[in-house]
Amino acid sequence: MDSTAAAGPTQANRSFAEVAELERTWRDPQTLKGWICTLDHKALGRRFIVTALLFFAAGGVMGGLIRHQLSEPDKTLVGPDIYNQLFTMHGTTMMFLFAVPVMQGFALYFVPLMIGTRNTAFPRMTACAYWVYLIGGLTLFAGFAFNTGADAGWFAYVPLAGPEYGFGKRADFWNVLVNFTEAMGLMVAVDVTTTTLKMRAPGMSLRRVPLFVWASLVSSIMIIFAMPTVMLGANLVQFDRMVGTHFFNASEGGDALLWQHMFWYFGHPEVYFIFIPALGFISAIIPTFARRPMFGNDAIVLSLIATGFLSFGLWVHHMFATNIPELGKSFFTAMSFMIAIPSAVQLFCWIATLWRGRLDMKAPLLFILGFFFTLMIGGLTGIILGSVPLDLQVHDTNFVVAHLHYVLIGGAVFPLFAAVFYWFPKVYGKMLSEKLGRWQFWLLFIGFNVTFFPLHILGLAGMPRRIYTYAPETGWGALNFVSWIGAMIEDVSMALFVINIARALWKGARAPGNPWNAGTLEWATQSPPRPYNFATLPVVGSREPLWSPVVDGPTHVTGLATNAREGLVTTVLDALPDVRYVYPKPSVWPIVAAFGVGFWLIWSIFSIGGTLWGLIPPGIAFIAWYWPNRRDSDEELALQKRP
Amino acid sequence: MSAVLDAAGPQAAHIGALWWLTFWLCVFVFVAVMAALGWAVWRSSRRARARRNADAGAGPDVAPDLQPAAADERRLGISVAVSVAVSSLLLVGLLVASVFTDRALAHLPLDNALAVRIIAHQWWWEVVYDDPLPDHVFSTANELVVPVGRPVVVTLQADDVIHSFWVPNLHGKKDLIPGRISKIEFRADREGTWVGRCAEYCGLQHAFMAYDVVALPPDKYAAWAEHQRMPAPEPASPAAQRGRELFVTGSCMLCHAIVGTTANGRKAPDLTHIASRRHLAAGRLTNTADSLAQWIEDPQQFKPGANMPTHFLPHDDLAAVVAYLETLQ
Repeated sequence: MDSTAAAGPTQANRSFAEVAELERTWRDPQTLKGWICTLDHKALGRRFIVTALLFFAAGGVMGGLIRHQLSEPDKTLVGPDIYNQLFTMHGTTMMFLFAVPVMQGFALYFVPLMIGTRNTAFPRMTACAYWVYLIGGLTLFAGFAFNTGADAGWFAYVPLAGPEYGFGKRADFWNVLVNFTEAMGLMVAVDVTTTTLKMRAPGMSLRRVPLFVWASLVSSIMIIFAMPTVMLGANLVQFDRMVGTHFFNASEGGDALLWQHMFWYFGHPEVYFIFIPALGFISAIIPTFARRPMFGNDAIVLSLIATGFLSFGLWVHHMFATNIPELGKSFFTAMSFMIAIPSAVQLFCWIATLWRGRLDMKAPLLFILGFFFTLMIGGLTGIILGSVPLDLQVHDTNFVVAHLHYVLIGGAVFPLFAAVFYWFPKVYGKMLSEKLGRWQFWLLFIGFNVTFFPLHILGLAGMPRRIYTYAPETGWGALNFVSWIGAMIEDVSMALFVINIARALWKGARAPGNPWNAGTLEWATQSPPRPYNFATLPVVGSREPLWSPVVDGPTHVTGLATNAREGLVTTVLDALPDVRYVYPKPSVWPIVAAFGVGFWLIWSIFSIGGTLWGLIPPGIAFIAWYWPNRRDSDEELALQKRP
Repeated sequence: MSAVLDAAGPQAAHIGALWWLTFWLCVFVFVAVMAALGWAVWRSSRRARARRNADAGAGPDVAPDLQPAAADERRLGISVAVSVAVSSLLLVGLLVASVFTDRALAHLPLDNALAVRIIAHQWWWEVVYDDPLPDHVFSTANELVVPVGRPVVVTLQADDVIHSFWVPNLHGKKDLIPGRISKIEFRADREGTWVGRCAEYCGLQHAFMAYDVVALPPDKYAAWAEHQRMPAPEPASPAAQRGRELFVTGSCMLCHAIVGTTANGRKAPDLTHIASRRHLAAGRLTNTADSLAQWIEDPQQFKPGANMPTHFLPHDDLAAVVAYLETLQ
């Protein structure tokens, strides 16, 4: 075995022959089919992350075009039609095709490693989810390429996105994209939730669950509760558009405001289920670089859960300018302020950890310090937006554009880069360049603030959002020009990131199993981890199993088959061993089902008949997927009799 | 430069006061947290360096500190608890300030208020001055004139999609949602001209859906209103007469109205007193004879997607129509 593998307990007590057998059992065949049908959570997680980062790049280019178009008054780089598609695609791409999937990708990759198991609970479903996501994203971009890009904003307010004012098939593409990505999000969320609750290594009671896993669990549960609303809403709009129902048509007894409730009841939690995994990154990284366990671990867990709950009670602060009753609005102001408290708890616990730690100032930590600065500004402007009177002034202006980028780039993208620098050695077995990382950080930090800080001032100067140009007399030109310069600095930073990745993959230094001497279980595997993750499943006795291993009692799980894909199911609260579980084998049907779903949904854009008849291919694929297989059942039965 | 903080009336002033309170509190919190963070990072990095120098040759990574001193941890716990408590108290304070500002906004005295009705269209504003006397009702477009010192109640309706009414110098926003009627109340306390803009994304020309808000002293306002109630004057020059003829027999009258003529379209701005307005096409162009001619000739050049079509008028006809419209003071 590789001598760089961690010296943790998990590689012990395995003969070479047993390890070789595990490798045979879990490895995918080195063929195209093996690659496509893989059920390895690491391959799937990587796939999600890489795809999401590509969408991030596409969304970033669109953002750059928006800044370029606005860089001077009366500019004609693009006209209003293209501009409206650009900002709609930018928002939709970033929220639906980048932020949510990238966080889910990290959860898929790291949750099983951190809780000490071999795979996620429902890998076939996740394999299906990936292709649903990819097909959905490409469909949206295909529409854009043929000048049928969604153009009603990422929030797609009716009536602008409704049958009367949403021309052509543009809004239909958007509605159907929602179906794609929400189906993907739900499938992955169910998988991550089940894995976290039922497949933890023995001894990893809920109190010992790493904070990143907690964050993934909370955000997955939020996804399960939030996403159905927008899916339902988008389909009601689709009904209005395709069969002439009047859910949102005021002149026929519908209500345009209903959509806003449905959208923001999902949309606000969405911000938090992007933000919460990012908080998890931070809570994973800070203890490693502060060289001590997290201060206030339980308080942080409770804060994550509280944030999850409270985030469902804020949606109306996106609607303060509508004519809903004033007293109700005050309630949402109170809720919006209250959600700052769990964030404050976490913030102070992190500072306390840093305070008592012994800091090792590496690139991941640098990105986290950038996060503190940026997110603080975004959080404080968020308080301004939560107050009804202040919101009435800054709502729908560039002030909000500044706020949301401070929150999402500060709160999610900075931590994301920290996470990439932190875990890249684990995933690819290569170290990223520290020097390039520092350059990338400083360029991003400066570029980001130069781009977005001026937008606060523009908002107060009266510049609304989503305008394709403005007259010179407004006096907004100078700050918009500064903002464009900032965007170009960010471009350089992103280029350095790409160079750093390419350089590391090509000739980066070999990463040891645990390059940062961190304490959580993912570092007990080799870098990159073998397909079976752990040669023997670990037993856990503390929050940082690698810093304080189990001293008395068993240190690892014995008795699981090495010739079958077998894992251990444990109890929800205390992670006591419960039953043995045979993971599903790779199959082509989940992928066929994903393409079937794609066929159905794309057909439903163009024809109401497609909504019905299009169900046939995915229906067949789903039946084939679940069709019992005698050989597999016999194997499982044999395992049950004699492991 | 900051329209939001340059208040011209009590509503915007209330919000401005809350803004500065919130702003300084946020600055305080930001500076305090950044100072704590900076201090924490500085002293911990120093500790790590000291440790590394002490066990030279032990490698770059320091062993994790698994048993932090209990007394230190307790002190830290107290600091965290106090910080959270202070943050919560500040938030409660801001909540109270916010709710009281809200109340103040809702309690603007409305005695003798001026009632105006605004209907938002893609992409212009119809402004109707209601009056109990039917012949006192008049309408204009893309321009809201109000008397100084008198409260104004604007009733807001949308004709097509959602728009939002926003004059930052006077008040915050109010959305205009199809099928719903909303109201916004404000008062201008000084003379001035400000720009209002549509703040809710409403399609292709959301960028150019502005209106001028003009506050006049009461006597000047009364004179203005009196003038607006008058029908269009009879054109004197032959060119203007020909222009009117073209207007009422051509395609203009299908959408536009000029009171005192047979043009009675209600799809587009009322032009009875167009020459008295400051801007054309919802803030897109300054109102001059030249820009009016260019606008009639090719509106799509200025507002791509606008509902006014391109007109292929012979040069003389265009000049005549412009000459007529220029008489509509």
